[in-house]
Amino acid sequence: MARVNPGFLEEVRRSDEFNASSCMNCGVCSAVCHMGIELLPRKLFRYVLLGLKDKVLENKETVFSCLLCKQCEVNCPAQVHIAENVRSLRYYMNKKVFKH
Amino acid sequence: MPLPIGDTIGILADNLRLRKSVLPISAKGASRWAKGLGLPRGGETVLYTGLMYQLIPYITAMSASQEKVEDSFLAGMVGLGRQVNRLVSISAFMARPPAAVKEQYDKVLRDIAGLLRTAGVEFGYLYGDELYSGALIYDLGGDDLFADHARLVYDTFRKHGVKNVITVDPHTTNMLRSVYPSLIKGYDLKVRSYLEVLAQADLRPVRELGTEVVLHDSCVYARYENVLDPQRTLLARAGCAVREPGESGVFTHCCGGPAESLFPRKARQVAGERVEQLQEAGGRGVTMCPICLVNLRKASGPDLDLQDISGYLSRAYGA
Repeated sequence: MARVNPGFLEEVRRSDEFNASSCMNCGVCSAVCHMGIELLPRKLFRYVLLGLKDKVLENKETVFSCLLCKQCEVNCPAQVHIAENVRSLRYYMNKKVFKH
Repeated sequence: MPLPIGDTIGILADNLRLRKSVLPISAKGASRWAKGLGLPRGGETVLYTGLMYQLIPYITAMSASQEKVEDSFLAGMVGLGRQVNRLVSISAFMARPPAAVKEQYDKVLRDIAGLLRTAGVEFGYLYGDELYSGALIYDLGGDDLFADHARLVYDTFRKHGVKNVITVDPHTTNMLRSVYPSLIKGYDLKVRSYLEVLAQADLRPVRELGTEVVLHDSCVYARYENVLDPQRTLLARAGCAVREPGESGVFTHCCGGPAESLFPRKARQVAGERVEQLQEAGGRGVTMCPICLVNLRKASGPDLDLQDISGYLSRAYGA
């Protein structure tokens, strides 16, 4: 059973740049991803918004595989700051998981 | 077993913290390209390489070592490697590029400096004081370390009285033009890519190249910095017929390079897909980013002629 951490979003969000909630789950990002990452960013951002911290941490490889190339972002109809949101997750993992 | 993410980032971060670059390179090695050019030290306008082209031979050698480690028992020893690397640079042992490869990338910088001189631009260089921009650590989410490093880079420019910076690659351009200003209060450097500078100059070709080329836009130039016209203008003026691959301009296909440090195999796969698009478009491949160049070359082998744009421009506009 998934455990919900209601404070997780605030832990990840560093500024208003983190706008995962703008995602309307249309799937364009997954369709155009050169890495073929099905998970990013739709499900991943939803996990953050729902406070599913464990689910996010299970996907370290996905988070760090992103090329930050912004192909998804220029195609996103909701202007989600996908690359910056992914970098926020990386920052979180560096601080909280890898202890850098 | 894939490369452990935390420890691999840790090695790169430790290198930046301790040695001021993600891969150690001596000040002498980094400024070797400028030997004999007589560039003034510092000045209001400087050519800033950000060490990117100089680092490419080391990144290539390092990446080859990483590919061997990836999915082998050695991947489990990266954590130990990180401990050792804090005391002695293991990257220096793992990455020993041949002199001929280093010379190839030094030539890119000499060509760029020559083009700027031909265009009548007066500029200096920081030689051994020049630092890496920290781009990779920023991309990997090491923001606290990156912020400290960015401050160090900015202070170095200020110490030399620099006001205008001419960059040579998209990643460094993005860091100095778009990222540093958000971190450093009072940031006042004017930053332009050499391609932008040359395109605005009244530069006329001394040789018509008459070549068909297929342009690989860098994601960072295209989608972060909106640098799309200068490269096309300069190549067209030089007499090149510019062909566009399947995905181009603002929708350019990534070279896979950003995944290189952690997932070399995935990076090669993405590069392979892009190489196919370039081959389908025909012509000789032209890049404008050292990361793109090395990653696409690795995937294409001898099947596709891939060159940095500076070589074409130098042949067309050079004295």
